[in-house]
Amino acid sequence: MTDFNGKRWHDMGGAAAGPVVPAEHDFALWEKRVDALMVLCSTKGLFTVDGLRRAIEDMGPDVFENTTYYDRWTAAVNQNLIEAGIYTLGELGAKMDEVTERGDTYGQAAHG
Amino acid sequence: MGRPPMADLDRVRVRKMMPPGHVRTPAYLRGKTGWIERQLGPFGNPEQQAYGLRGDPLVLYRVRFTMAEVWGDGAERPDDTLDAEIYEHWLEPV
Repeated sequence: MTDFNGKRWHDMGGAAAGPVVPAEHDFALWEKRVDALMVLCSTKGLFTVDGLRRAIEDMGPDVFENTTYYDRWTAAVNQNLIEAGIYTLGELGAKMDEVTERGDTYGQAAHG
Repeated sequence: MGRPPMADLDRVRVRKMMPPGHVRTPAYLRGKTGWIERQLGPFGNPEQQAYGLRGDPLVLYRVRFTMAEVWGDGAERPDDTLDAEIYEHWLEPV
């Protein structure tokens, strides 16, 4: 994760890189919800953007290959909310089970 | 913090320290010399806020570097400049 000189994996400025690919992309509903959740929590003062960045940086160099942008934000928001004492891991686990039971799609969740 | 206000200084060098943890100062600028373009802030220290702490208010400086200073002989346009915003505790007078 860390070079012997102390430079961390996410500090990429000046590293060799290929051309920038200007790809089109749109956001899924769940991704927009993650964004809204982040804004709401920040406005409430539950964490700062610095806390979110710190959580992502601490995930290590493989995270960019194994996860998407909003996967990382979800994990970082959760990490910060746990640390802020907003909910416990037990409460989170119970909620995840409850949501799983609703079904895999929004349609199943809405209509059972 | 016992340090002269940076606004009185012109040339500054970015400190070369490499502490682990959340740091906003890019590694490629550490040890490089530039000049203060303007003063911003104060803003809470992100190195504290990243860990759920209240950030001490710090002055943020926009520092200007030449490409020659940053990239050495590898600079394609040595006289072009790069601006970076760096907190006061990362800067030292030259």
